[in-house]
Amino acid sequence: MSGALTLLDRLWAMHEILLREDGTSLLWVDRHLVHEGSHHAFAKLKDRGAQVAQPALTFGIVDHYAPTRNRGTEMAPDIARMIKTLTLNAEAHGIRLFDLFDPAQGIVHVVGPEQGLTLPGLLINCGDSHTSTHGALGALAFGIGATEVAHVLATQTIWQKKPAAMRITVEGDLGPGVSAKDIALHWIAKLGVGGAQGHAVEYAGSTIRGLSIEGRMTLCNLSIEGGARFGMVAPDDTTFAYLNGRPFAPKGADWDMACAAWAELRTDPDARFDRDVNIQAADIAPTVTWGTSPEQAVPVDADIPDPATLHSGKASAALAALDYMGLSAGKPIAGTPVDQVFIGSCTNGRIEDLRAACAVLAGRKTKVPGIVSPGSALIKAQAEQEGLDRIFTDAGLEWVASGCSMCVGMNGDLVAPGKRCASSTNRNFQGRQGRGARTHLMSPAMVAAAAVTGQITDVRPLLQGRAA
Amino acid sequence: MAGWTTCTGTALLLPLDNIDTDQLIPARFMSAPRSQGYGSYLLHDLRRDANSELLADFPLNQHDGVRILVAGRNFGSGSSREAAVYTLVDAGITAVIAPSFGDIFSSNAVNNGLLPARIGADAAATLYRLLENGPTEISIDLATGRLHCGTTELRFDLQDSWRTKLINGWDDIDLTLQHAEAIRDYAKTRHSTAPWAWPTTAN
Ligand code: SF4
Repeated sequence: MSGALTLLDRLWAMHEILLREDGTSLLWVDRHLVHEGSHHAFAKLKDRGAQVAQPALTFGIVDHYAPTRNRGTEMAPDIARMIKTLTLNAEAHGIRLFDLFDPAQGIVHVVGPEQGLTLPGLLINCGDSHTSTHGALGALAFGIGATEVAHVLATQTIWQKKPAAMRITVEGDLGPGVSAKDIALHWIAKLGVGGAQGHAVEYAGSTIRGLSIEGRMTLCNLSIEGGARFGMVAPDDTTFAYLNGRPFAPKGADWDMACAAWAELRTDPDARFDRDVNIQAADIAPTVTWGTSPEQAVPVDADIPDPATLHSGKASAALAALDYMGLSAGKPIAGTPVDQVFIGSCTNGRIEDLRAACAVLAGRKTKVPGIVSPGSALIKAQAEQEGLDRIFTDAGLEWVASGCSMCVGMNGDLVAPGKRCASSTNRNFQGRQGRGARTHLMSPAMVAAAAVTGQITDVRPLLQGRAA
Repeated sequence: MAGWTTCTGTALLLPLDNIDTDQLIPARFMSAPRSQGYGSYLLHDLRRDANSELLADFPLNQHDGVRILVAGRNFGSGSSREAAVYTLVDAGITAVIAPSFGDIFSSNAVNNGLLPARIGADAAATLYRLLENGPTEISIDLATGRLHCGTTELRFDLQDSWRTKLINGWDDIDLTLQHAEAIRDYAKTRHSTAPWAWPTTAN
């Protein structure tokens, strides 16, 4: 063995309590985040008469069902019940809850990093597939199901087989109007939604180093759409600067000790990956999905592919997707009329995303309606301080409270059947935004461009002469 | 959860790729307690019209007693919602056979006694052919990692740890609590070597 280690190796070894003969590790969980959907797991705990092992390492957040309008009044009974159940479970087990009225409420994957609950070198679990987001700060973070959530609650540990290591290296400068969202849609289109299955993806290269923490989070967030349960970026000065002073982050001597430990969290130059993928930033255009799977994506200036030309048995899925989406093969994707837009979600609901959308929207009017839901109440407050809310509302969009909102529609923010939505979210699955809803995934700037023109549009010309 | 080693039952072909968890159970049903049973939500929006009536032409609606689903690649991708597995289990499904699965779905399946059997591309093509004219009986043997459809024998892949778990019907919490001492020791060491890993009490 060469002794050269990957970031994954290092993070894994730090958390391994024991390794079973069958190759499964028992790992220590540093942070466990729960939300309304964790009700199944709490019910399992109750059935066993078990308690939460480490309430101080467990944090609750109201996000999936959070109403984005008239908060707390007029809540639908099932939504009120879901939120109440989480509140009661948090109280019963002594868990700190970011409830609907907490000034720091928001989407779990936005709040974790924002509060400094997410740190490099931590193992973070949450009963949500986009937990991969937290890997952007150099954490080992992965989504788990309800049985596993119950297990973490009861033991503060998780059984997991170490995934294979994959590296996606992106080099060079991104073009104007191209963002982390486009990097993600680009690689998923290239490698397929199963492209990283069974792997933990480490993002590396000059482009990634140049990304803000927000951009890295977008990228790690979308790893799961390429099949990877884990996404990660080695922590660096950008990471430390982001975390310094966050409410739950270490302070004083602990901070110095932490920074020293975090500086060690990287991949050795001669470490081997099971899979290595290289991408040139210059090859990435603003990218948009045309189908019902995130891999069904093309550059905005390309045509919708002809299913017959797709290989590896993807033709029938493409035909079904075109049928569901009401689109024709061979036509340019640009110019497809949209009925509405959505800006928000744990993928693209952070301050930088709102600014990127506003760079397009400032001084313009939208042709279609839409809502903007910031990823957290703190981001909402910051955006209002920066005057971004006015840019959105002056343009004709609705500025609402924070939550998962139209990403999944559990709170009632739904796209009507047959309607087409340009969306800054992560899943264009059939029915994801509502039964029969047609979702086109794209960056927040691209969503803004679609709002202004009423159709899928290349954002680049709209940014000319503007500070993006 | 009861363990099992063999399963023989009616297998139905659902030759779709990317049957994600949003299709297995649309989000709007996920607030229901499990005790109510999740079987009727299985593939709800593919199987039922806007009035929740079953669509006559959907394969799953044409046959009773299906125990095994044979599907396309990337089955169960998407969200971590274990409810997707509950819909299958509560509808009487014991195994899903597909060329690939979402990672989180597979773990969730095994935690509920549902087998995610991965088969190679050639085996998948063979199986699709055998089932294309209607449901057929398949028998699955977890111990040998083989399945039979008529006279055809095919291999499927499954992590060893998952095989053991399915066969024994193990509950992880019970297993883990046997390691309570190792966990306590680990936590102690971590707390002394990485005190920063504990959250600062905010404000
Ligand atoms: S914003 Fe969407 S993807 Fe993110 S946690 Fe909420 S529902 Fe899941």
